[in-house]
Amino acid sequence: MIEKMFESGAVAEALEILKNEFPLALWETFYVTVAATAFAVLLGLPLGVLLVAGEKDGVLPIPKPILHILNVIINLLRSVPFLILMIMVFPLTRLIVGTAVGTTASIVPLVIASFPFVARLVESSLREIDPNIIEAAQSMGATPMQIVLKVMLPESVPSLLSNITIAITTVLGYSAMSGIIGGGGLGKIAVNYGYYRYKYLVMLLAVILLILLVQLYQTVGTRLAAKTDKRLKHKK
Amino acid sequence: MIELRNLTKNYTTDAGEVNALRNISLTVGDGEIFGIIGMSGAGKSTLVRCINMLERPTEGQVLIDGKDLGALSPAQLRAERRNITMIFQSFNLLMQRNCLKNVCFPLELSGMKKKDAAAKATELLRTVGLADKAKAYPAQLSGGQQQRVAIARALATEPKVLLCDEATSALDPQTTHSILSLIRDINRKTGITVIIITHQINVIEEICSRVAVLDNGSVAETGEVREVFSNPRSEAARRLVYPASFAPEYTETDGGGSA
Ligand SMILES: Nc1ncnc2c1ncn2[C@@H]1O[C@H](COP(=O)(O)OP(=O)(O)OP(=O)(O)O)[C@@H](O)[C@H]1O
Ligand SMILES: [Mg+2]
Repeated sequence: MIEKMFESGAVAEALEILKNEFPLALWETFYVTVAATAFAVLLGLPLGVLLVAGEKDGVLPIPKPILHILNVIINLLRSVPFLILMIMVFPLTRLIVGTAVGTTASIVPLVIASFPFVARLVESSLREIDPNIIEAAQSMGATPMQIVLKVMLPESVPSLLSNITIAITTVLGYSAMSGIIGGGGLGKIAVNYGYYRYKYLVMLLAVILLILLVQLYQTVGTRLAAKTDKRLKHKK
Repeated sequence: MIELRNLTKNYTTDAGEVNALRNISLTVGDGEIFGIIGMSGAGKSTLVRCINMLERPTEGQVLIDGKDLGALSPAQLRAERRNITMIFQSFNLLMQRNCLKNVCFPLELSGMKKKDAAAKATELLRTVGLADKAKAYPAQLSGGQQQRVAIARALATEPKVLLCDEATSALDPQTTHSILSLIRDINRKTGITVIIITHQINVIEEICSRVAVLDNGSVAETGEVREVFSNPRSEAARRLVYPASFAPEYTETDGGGSA
């Protein structure tokens, strides 16, 4: 397999595909992961806040049964394997996007699969906050909403950014999987050429690009998290 | 005037009832610097946190200028809390905001315009001697400086009462002294009422006029500082004043004699 992979015919063909199909695939993967993560944060952030603030001794307690139901829903969604979830939400995807296949359509299952994960990440970020700081804000007459918006979220920005980075790399992994059943991007190329047509070099190239994309997300995320963190003493 | 009437606080824990405060009655006059001292676990933190209702007393009342805090609606209580601010042992500054923005924080909460808040905060940072640290973040400051920022923040809403829960316990003696001087200066200038919670007798001696000795959730003794410390009547006060005579005694077995 290795020798065949680098035969001159195979290399020339792979380069051709690289030139013709990869730019679009790369863009699709990028666009899908960023969009899906953005929507997942949109849903997951408030949910994560609710999980922490809504607790019995949180700043905005909500009825225990509701909190319990939220937790169960999150756990359920998180325990369904992504590919199966993708098939299960086909009807919803069709309803929202009009079709269940294609690049944009794959955003829907990606969001459904990742927002509960994001909620958990947000939850863990918010739990890192020193409860004394929240108490101090309460002692100054802050409303629950002010505590969420002016204390909990701003104080955990660096941690939230690190966690969103974890989320986007996870979404990238899912999006590559979505290539198997109708999603676009690098995953689709890897599956189409590597799995169906035995063009392993093309698959390898797709995987390398996926790795580079993960590196890019991780580097940007780590930098942003460090840059926003004012707890680090060495900065000017 | 602050009046505590028969304050009782019980916690229900897995291990059973904890009587953190038992029937505490105290009166603190306007402009006074009042000390509350006690050993660890005596209930000091619980008591201050009841004064601004961070902790709801199980029984009894807290009256500030005759207003019963326990009877206020949540919104009224939040408004009243701008009148009773607090500083803490661990400073509790917002770590992602610079000093100026930290001092602006309570003003923002009250809806003051950003520009006005910044002007006022700048003035307050000058008062606490940290005008040059406006743009610095708390992590870049020493403990003493952080506590000064916390004091500036606590004064921002022009409160009538300042509660200090072990505010100097994390600081060295020199810094403790400078923070206490600052608090006294502010007390003289503004007439703010100050309640100092501590387990350190020298803190009380340095700055307070009257003191209450808290022991196991009850007030063991209260009076003028000099009076109480020169002539302690309760065992709890004697334990604080003469700690050595109450230290666990060496016995033959754990002394040095067996070698
Ligand atoms: N949330 C709580 N739940 C249960 N028990 C509590 C709680 N808070 C305080 N207590 C108990 O109430 C008692 C008084 O505690 P408190 O923190 O007021 O003491 P303290 O005088 O401030 O002590 P220290 O000097 O160590 O800070 C202790 O026995 C403590 O265990
Ligand atoms: Mg305490």
